[in-house]
Amino acid sequence: MIQEFKKIWKPYAIGMLWLLGLLWPMLGIHADGTLTIHETVTVWSYILAGTAACLLIYIFKKSGHLDFAGDPVSRAVSRIKARTTTIPNWAWSLGFIVLACSYPLFADRYGTDVAINVLIYICLGLGLNVMVGLCGLLDLGYIAFYGVGAYAYALLNTVYGLGFWVCLPFSAFFACIAGCIVGYPTLRMRGDYLAIVTLGFGEIIRLILNNWMELTNGPNGILGIDPISIYLPVLENGLTFELFWMKKLHLLYYFVLALAVFTAIGIRHLNISRVGRAWESIREDETAAELMGVNTFIYKLLAYVMGAFFAGLAGAFFAARMRFVSPESFTFLESAMVLCMVVLGGMGSIPGIMLGVFALIVLPEVFREFENYRMLIFGSTMVIMMLFRPAGLIPAKRMGTRSDEREG
Amino acid sequence: MRLDPGSAASFYPPKFKKLCIMEYFIQQFVNGLTLGGMYALIALGYTMVYGVIQLINFAHGEFFAAGGYVGAITLGYLSGLGYMQTHPVLCLSAAFVFAMAYCAYLAVGVEKIAYKPLRKESRLAALLSALGMSIFLSNGMMLTQGVYDKIYPGEMFQGRFDFGTVAISYLQIMIIVLTALLLVGLNILVFKTKIGMAMRATAQDKTMSALVAIGSNKIISLTFAIGAGLAAAAGIMYGLYYGSVRYDMGFVPGIKAFAAAVLGGIGNITGAMIGGLIIGMVEVFGAGYLSSEYKDVFAFIILIGVLYFKPTGIMGENIDDTRV
Repeated sequence: MIQEFKKIWKPYAIGMLWLLGLLWPMLGIHADGTLTIHETVTVWSYILAGTAACLLIYIFKKSGHLDFAGDPVSRAVSRIKARTTTIPNWAWSLGFIVLACSYPLFADRYGTDVAINVLIYICLGLGLNVMVGLCGLLDLGYIAFYGVGAYAYALLNTVYGLGFWVCLPFSAFFACIAGCIVGYPTLRMRGDYLAIVTLGFGEIIRLILNNWMELTNGPNGILGIDPISIYLPVLENGLTFELFWMKKLHLLYYFVLALAVFTAIGIRHLNISRVGRAWESIREDETAAELMGVNTFIYKLLAYVMGAFFAGLAGAFFAARMRFVSPESFTFLESAMVLCMVVLGGMGSIPGIMLGVFALIVLPEVFREFENYRMLIFGSTMVIMMLFRPAGLIPAKRMGTRSDEREG
Repeated sequence: MRLDPGSAASFYPPKFKKLCIMEYFIQQFVNGLTLGGMYALIALGYTMVYGVIQLINFAHGEFFAAGGYVGAITLGYLSGLGYMQTHPVLCLSAAFVFAMAYCAYLAVGVEKIAYKPLRKESRLAALLSALGMSIFLSNGMMLTQGVYDKIYPGEMFQGRFDFGTVAISYLQIMIIVLTALLLVGLNILVFKTKIGMAMRATAQDKTMSALVAIGSNKIISLTFAIGAGLAAAAGIMYGLYYGSVRYDMGFVPGIKAFAAAVLGGIGNITGAMIGGLIIGMVEVFGAGYLSSEYKDVFAFIILIGVLYFKPTGIMGENIDDTRV
């Protein structure tokens, strides 16, 4: 333990002093010509206490002093794991779906609302996962596809009066077109150039939505979008079909649940198919993939189109649920948030992304009083995950077995 | 060619119009030079860091914003003490020095925390870490300095020269001159001194430069410090020019400066300067002659066009496969 401590205290102390030097000009110099130190020291000591506590736990764990508490827990976990591995995957999924279906029965309005948010972000996270997790293409303008889907429904509905179900495929289609438009010129690039170009495209789409007054009503947004409608059979005077608006929150919840399940199943099937293997090979080594006869350009474009497709579906639902869209919902910070969820949960892992979304939507709702620190925590989460656990909370399992694994 | 209704040209009768178009052009040219100089200063940070460690430093825009804030804080403090009224030039110099030092300090720490441990990992990891750092820093500024625009205490520097209808403010002259000085200074540092030679050697080959006793960690820190210092200077200029700073102001100029760095050929210092000037000019002329609403789009279109047709940029050498 002493060894661990010796190794770590020096960089930690330097880091903390650096932070103090960083905070003081921001907090301690005032425009009335006074210099103070106490606010700085207060903020700094909070941070010091928090980080020191984390560090102590880390040192204790590393040097094995927490084993007395950890051992029973880890033994119990492994026992549960041994039990649960015998349960087939379909039973897990079924259990989750039953749980999710019964959720609105005992949740209040607020709880349902949060759950709808979680499910929308699950759709988005899984869609982004196709690009980032499966194919290894970092897209920082992903939310633009969501915006295209939302605006497609909003405009088709308010201008042409088309209903939700007609527009849903159109929303997805327009998002796919946007994916092609972004993907076609950018996919010759790799890695970080691609990231910044997609960021640029995301901003261009947002600026167009913001400035094209005649079409999108600019920053004021589009009001009065119809909610989702279904025709229900009515048996009163003969069998007629009557228009029924899905305005009730729990109906919306079931719809978005279906959408999320559809997205998850679709992405799972893409992942284990030939396409998914091609994506994985591109992610691991593009040159090698090309040599093995994978048409990298087509598959990368397909990754874009599929990611955009799911974002477009989610976007149409978003417009129908809010009944209002404005460019403010589709800023870069939203993209970064979705990306943070994917990174936190584990790139390429469907349960991981669900957990990531859950953590980053539900926890801020629980700790409402720390609302202002939300983005700060998102940012630091991304850095910390990359430093300590780059594969995410639930790392993705590799599909199939490799030859070297099979031999060993 | 369509002129903005508010521009100088529309006030004059048609027979002067030709003259006015010329003057409008000169006015826009000066504005473009001012803006382009700032972009060049930011772009240098991107290009230098990319040259040394092949990482797009997403947090660079935040260094720019932090510089703007520290400048505003320093100027506010000094004007609170009453020195601004008596020695404005001295105070401004103090603000520049302090902000540049602060951002260099910030950048060195950020590099040590978020980038150095990931140097051997995949590019995606470093990129995501940089993105996280950028979000973290901009929200840290929001929490310490407030959500609203911070007004820049720069009334001292108002005033302008009038040449007919062309007006050049003192601020613009100050910005252009100072930018030129910084660029010349940087060129001397990089191309004429031992440190600059070490930086160029590290950028070319880290292993070989380590063999001739150049500590690459020190050089990387130094590169980050210099880049952030230049961005901080640009931040103060931006704040003085537009009259206020905001916690998220680093985002859009950051991308435009990145576009400038790519246009000039990433990793190439002279290219970044030229690229910055071109992006500034295109933005100003685009806003003046085409459409002011879409002025942010032009830089992005240039970025995409350059990456598509000539990824090496204007001055860039051939980039091998690992870099693109």
